[in-house]
Amino acid sequence: MSKSRNLLIGSALLSATLTTPALADKLGLGRPALPEEIAAWDLDVRPDGTGLPDGSGDVWTGEEVFADYCAVCHGDFAEGIDNWPKLAGGANTLDHDDPLKTVGSYWPYLSTTWDYVNRSMPFGAAQTLSADDVYAIVAYILYSNDLVDDDFVLSKDTFFDVEMPNADGFIIDDRDSAEAHFWTETPCMEACKDSVEVTMRAMVLDVTPDETAAAEDTEAEVEEAVELAEAAETQEPEVMAPDPKLVAAGEKVFKKCKACHQVGDGATNRVGPVLTGIVGGAAGAVPDFKYSKPLQVAAEDGLVWTDAELAAFLADPKGYMKGTKMSFAGLRKEADIDAVIAYLQAAP
Amino acid sequence: MTDKTKDPGTSRRQFLGGALAAGGAVAGASMARGATPDPLITEVQEWASGLGDGVDATPYGLPIQYESDVIRRNVEWLTADTISSINFTPIHALDGTITPQGCAFERHHSGAIELRKEDYRLMINGLVDTPLVFTYADLERFPREQRTFFLECAANTGMEWAGAQLNGAQFTHGMIHNMEYTGVSLRTLLNEAGIQPEGTWLYVEGADASSNGRSIPMEKALDDCMIAFKANGEALRKEHGYPVRLIVPGWEGNMWVKWLRRMEVADAPVESREETSKYTDTLADGTSRKWTWVMDAKSVVTSPSPQSPITHGPGPLVITGLAWSGRGAITRVDVSRDGGVTWETARLAEDGKPMALTRFYLDVDWQGEEMLLQSRAMDSTGYVQPTKAQLREVRGLNSIYHNNCIQTWHVNANGEAENVEVS
Repeated sequence: MSKSRNLLIGSALLSATLTTPALADKLGLGRPALPEEIAAWDLDVRPDGTGLPDGSGDVWTGEEVFADYCAVCHGDFAEGIDNWPKLAGGANTLDHDDPLKTVGSYWPYLSTTWDYVNRSMPFGAAQTLSADDVYAIVAYILYSNDLVDDDFVLSKDTFFDVEMPNADGFIIDDRDSAEAHFWTETPCMEACKDSVEVTMRAMVLDVTPDETAAAEDTEAEVEEAVELAEAAETQEPEVMAPDPKLVAAGEKVFKKCKACHQVGDGATNRVGPVLTGIVGGAAGAVPDFKYSKPLQVAAEDGLVWTDAELAAFLADPKGYMKGTKMSFAGLRKEADIDAVIAYLQAAP
Repeated sequence: MTDKTKDPGTSRRQFLGGALAAGGAVAGASMARGATPDPLITEVQEWASGLGDGVDATPYGLPIQYESDVIRRNVEWLTADTISSINFTPIHALDGTITPQGCAFERHHSGAIELRKEDYRLMINGLVDTPLVFTYADLERFPREQRTFFLECAANTGMEWAGAQLNGAQFTHGMIHNMEYTGVSLRTLLNEAGIQPEGTWLYVEGADASSNGRSIPMEKALDDCMIAFKANGEALRKEHGYPVRLIVPGWEGNMWVKWLRRMEVADAPVESREETSKYTDTLADGTSRKWTWVMDAKSVVTSPSPQSPITHGPGPLVITGLAWSGRGAITRVDVSRDGGVTWETARLAEDGKPMALTRFYLDVDWQGEEMLLQSRAMDSTGYVQPTKAQLREVRGLNSIYHNNCIQTWHVNANGEAENVEVS
């Protein structure tokens, strides 16, 4: 090291205007990372299996866990709902006009699937799955792609029994050679082609967001809001309005819910139902939303989302209602639950 | 600009509907003003008599209300929701090269998180002499660097592979921004931990729920990568990774990990989701290129363009746009007004800087003739921006990423522009 350091310092001296600080001795900043800290953050798993923890999961367990945590976006059979990613299918489509890229058809390494599920899923509740659950989910995804049989158990020991169909489907960036002809010394300036025809027009497709319409909508909304505010001023409040501070805190908590739920004016059903009017409202009552079986049953039995019921559900969704589609781990803090209920109540 | 969107005669909706105002009408109106005294001059205006806002009216200022249409926009049908999604910089309405943070495009995989400086930690581990943890305050004590770079999402222009689709430079080319960053080089930070000789890769990872992680060859990491805590002189915005993001000059935006929390020195790449299942480019035969990190030379005319039509009638016209290359500096930009038959060399506002946006201008006398406007960038390695046909010849239609083709705007006699593809 000392030799190269001298070289660097030497070149720095030669160029007094050098903008890059020369590499100097260590500054002694920071502190050593503790083994527990490294273990908590260093979770990545490599193609050779480095980083895989102990544990295991079978296909049938995986089907259940997948239904609980993943199916709400990815579908019961990993086929994908709406625009959410499809995880299964697409075998041998990569050279088609519209290739379907899934874990089975495209992903080259099983380690990537394990690593991604473990660290980044489920959406909105990342890093809450146990190692066994991750093994089980990945086993089920493999099964959905016809890559393993239904008696397959995934663990460190069986990890490399799985063959990923597109493992050899990748080449390293070869633009320098395959596209060498783009390095043209002198591009054409005159008479570069005989004729020019317009072959395609964006307006034919008409998929561009319309700014004028959006601007008008916003203006209309503002006007409406002003009118509503004026009307509200003339009325005596009939019910106790929630504490504004609590509502503001609840808005922050609601970020955890936003991935799947909308509330207020213009809210639409997403992965989860619209929550406008949920507090004190009948369960399972949002039109056009496909509720889970248990929630449908509870709704028929007359469940009403009182503060208490809602609080119990939010504290432990799956404990409160086994089989709910809501793949959310729950709110740990009572204060958060109170706040988010206040926010939902205050939403227009 | 607000006036323009409100004026029914020049609204974009009307452009899209194909309603054509009389060609000379706009120019006629402006000339007619010369015949009678302009009341804006002859009458004392309210702003020339009364008073404006006091100094503390906006402790942190936003653009004046008349610029309210210069905003990021998204294309809803592109993604399942807005949390894992992208929006676009209004490049059609900007000039110069620095992108204001407030309208610089956003791309999140699990939403823009709020991480306090006090709660921020950066870990360096793996093949190092001493694994280290830094606080934000620690990072501010390292020698600093200041550099300006563009960041382009690899998917910029990705919707245009199969044909002309989105009608506006914001939507076709707006997954880009260009900022002046202040921070610390990775060379300096990694030296503090001491890289072991086997350490040939650096895995970098964010603190948000997406755990976005990418593997970077150590050679690149030590060459010009840095962490940044300031952009355009002020703290990063949360949507760009406050308090600390990674800067990987010239390489695809996904590698510029936001809310950077960990750097692991390794002897092999992790092959994470974002470097295998995404950000890989499928060719016509079904094989896919991986590790296509560098962004090829590219340019686009930002005005006139579909969202920025010519409204002033015949006469002097400023054609302007942006050019950039991940391989080096822009050395030349040519502009064609006839769909690529003849080209003229545009004027660069400043000499191109490596891996940063370059502004170009072509000042012309427009007499209402139809134009097929194109721009073609060249960089310091001699690379010439290809046509879409040239790209398709090598890559097919399914690459999604790295579409750096020459863009064409059709400008009609009224000055309205449309995204088209030409033979």
